[in-house]
Amino acid sequence: MDKFTTLTGIAAPMPMQNIDTDKVIPARFLKTIKRTGLGVHLFDAMRYLNDGSENPDFVLNQEPYRKAEIIIAYENFGCGSSREHAPWALLDFGIRCVIAPDFADIFFNNSFKNGILPLRLPRAVCEKLIEDSKLGGNARVTVDLERQVVVRPNGEEIPFEVDPFRKHLLLNGLDDIGQTLQHGQAIDGYETGRKQSQPWLPTIAA
Amino acid sequence: MSGPAPRTLFDKIWDSHVVERLPDGTCILYIDRHLLHEVTSPQAFEGLRLAGRKLRRPDLTIAVADHNIPTVGLRTPADIKEEDSRIQVQTLEMNVKAFGVPYIPIMDVRQGIVHIIGPELGLSLPGTTIVCGDSHTSTHGAMGALAFGIGTSEVEHVMATQTLLQAPQKNMRIDVSGTLGLGCTAKDIVLAIIGKITTAGGNGHVIEYTGDTIRALDMAGRMTVSNMTIEGGARAGLIAPDQTTFDYIRGREYAPKADDYDKAVAHWKTLPTDPGAHFDTQVFMTTAEIAPMVTWGTTPGQVIPVTGVVPNPADEADEGKRSQLQRMLDYMALTPGQRMTDVKVDVIFIGSCTNGRIEDIRAAAQVAKGRKVAEGVQALVVPGSGQVKKQAEDEGLDRILLEAGFEWRDPCCSMCLGMNPDQLTPGQRCASTSNRNFEGRQGVGGRTHLVSPAMAAAAAVTGRFTDVRQLG
Repeated sequence: MDKFTTLTGIAAPMPMQNIDTDKVIPARFLKTIKRTGLGVHLFDAMRYLNDGSENPDFVLNQEPYRKAEIIIAYENFGCGSSREHAPWALLDFGIRCVIAPDFADIFFNNSFKNGILPLRLPRAVCEKLIEDSKLGGNARVTVDLERQVVVRPNGEEIPFEVDPFRKHLLLNGLDDIGQTLQHGQAIDGYETGRKQSQPWLPTIAA
Repeated sequence: MSGPAPRTLFDKIWDSHVVERLPDGTCILYIDRHLLHEVTSPQAFEGLRLAGRKLRRPDLTIAVADHNIPTVGLRTPADIKEEDSRIQVQTLEMNVKAFGVPYIPIMDVRQGIVHIIGPELGLSLPGTTIVCGDSHTSTHGAMGALAFGIGTSEVEHVMATQTLLQAPQKNMRIDVSGTLGLGCTAKDIVLAIIGKITTAGGNGHVIEYTGDTIRALDMAGRMTVSNMTIEGGARAGLIAPDQTTFDYIRGREYAPKADDYDKAVAHWKTLPTDPGAHFDTQVFMTTAEIAPMVTWGTTPGQVIPVTGVVPNPADEADEGKRSQLQRMLDYMALTPGQRMTDVKVDVIFIGSCTNGRIEDIRAAAQVAKGRKVAEGVQALVVPGSGQVKKQAEDEGLDRILLEAGFEWRDPCCSMCLGMNPDQLTPGQRCASTSNRNFEGRQGVGGRTHLVSPAMAAAAAVTGRFTDVRQLG
């Protein structure tokens, strides 16, 4: 996983609620055994017309948002399916940060695991950032994870909250499996205890 | 004198599975059952392989292929026509072999949708933690288990450590009281709940469903309610285990047997929420708020009684919301004020992890009996598992449905999502017993209305949404 420290980039406005993970990446593109290559299908139904050509009305088909690294949206981003293909598709396109008033829980978790920062900011702030992002290439937004601030194009700094453990993993690009495996003894101990307290709980025979 | 603080069902399961609490409050949570399917596991197996890690507890893991499997014709992996689907299923078969994971082959009678077969095989037990790379893992909460969907990175984490890193969630109680009206089912209960709390209402929470209406449901109904918990934003939706639960589990393949069963029941009886336990959020409903429901929009919370009319975006004060509503109605090809019973359907889908159980097939057959599918309507019935299919055939339900003009298919996720050959074509309108009405969910340009199995069957025989209570 790539580190996330400070990101300065173009933000694409997507002023919609409930952008579900089927919208982010439709089910028919989940038939892959890889994590990469999904960017071309990101937001497929909104991004392409029926004949397969680009929909010129869709924000990511417009300059400068083709190179967007940040998305600003409204409530409940990432609701629906648990598919991690959603953050994989965002990442493959080049998105490293999504800013919204709130996120669906599974998408929120999945994003951190892939070096994408899902950032909760109040609706009123998101509305301001949407207005900023409409200025396109003249409106680069900075997300400084170390200092926990978003810097608007006018220089105004907006502080944000982030879970300290997740911040640590993102800043250092750490794999959390490696972190948990350091607690291997505790897991061994737990398993021994459970075997004694609940001997009736069956295992699954191969 | 004060005893230990009263705890919820969720608190009790959580507390008994914490391996270690990290300084910032994140917990290493032990996982009792890890269910795998072909779509969200390949990258996790690959991750293990690249890191040279072992799968820690294959004996707490079980795999089945469901999303990609065709419901007609030859179904063995080599016979799946579409290359990407075939590779995904074959990759699962290769991975379970390499890592020694128990696997239920496609031609086994026990094969089916992972959330149907977990309870059916006695794998899903009260008081346990159950995860799967699939958001409808919430289904197993009906057993009184803490069950939730995870992403593929978390699947890999469970494979490697048999644990997950989890921040504690808040407790939410949804209480439903009263006797269900004629024609109303568990599906109508949960659709009404989502309509009330909205699709984000449960974010950050674990839900416990309580009240005499929930208590009166059979296990199939409880699973339908828990299944759609994620549609209300909560990852897990629990129902306290009781005699209905214990009777359901007894004798199932992977359930505790003999003395072990008795010991297990004694433990399970300690699980229900203590009187006075704290819930961060509480919602109270009565069955007066529940009728045969149908969704009109493109999120599951946009739901009305079948007797209702399509809402008018002009009634929405917020401009952004108003234009989003209008776009939805355009997508769904509905007009404000239109009566739902005037809306015609093209396709009927009865099945999925929400409504693919024997009780659902019986409900559909009861409506279908002696009637005919309306002209021009295609009606699919897809049992949730091989065992459901066999049971239905033993009861003669397949013959009733076939005589009425329904198609009787083989088990899989089918038309719940566009990953296998069963898909809507652009513009087709479907009365579906599945769980999501998102744009394109059942196929590009498809229009989905979520309903109960009885309501789906009623729409099949009349060709339009119909109040099942009027069919008599």
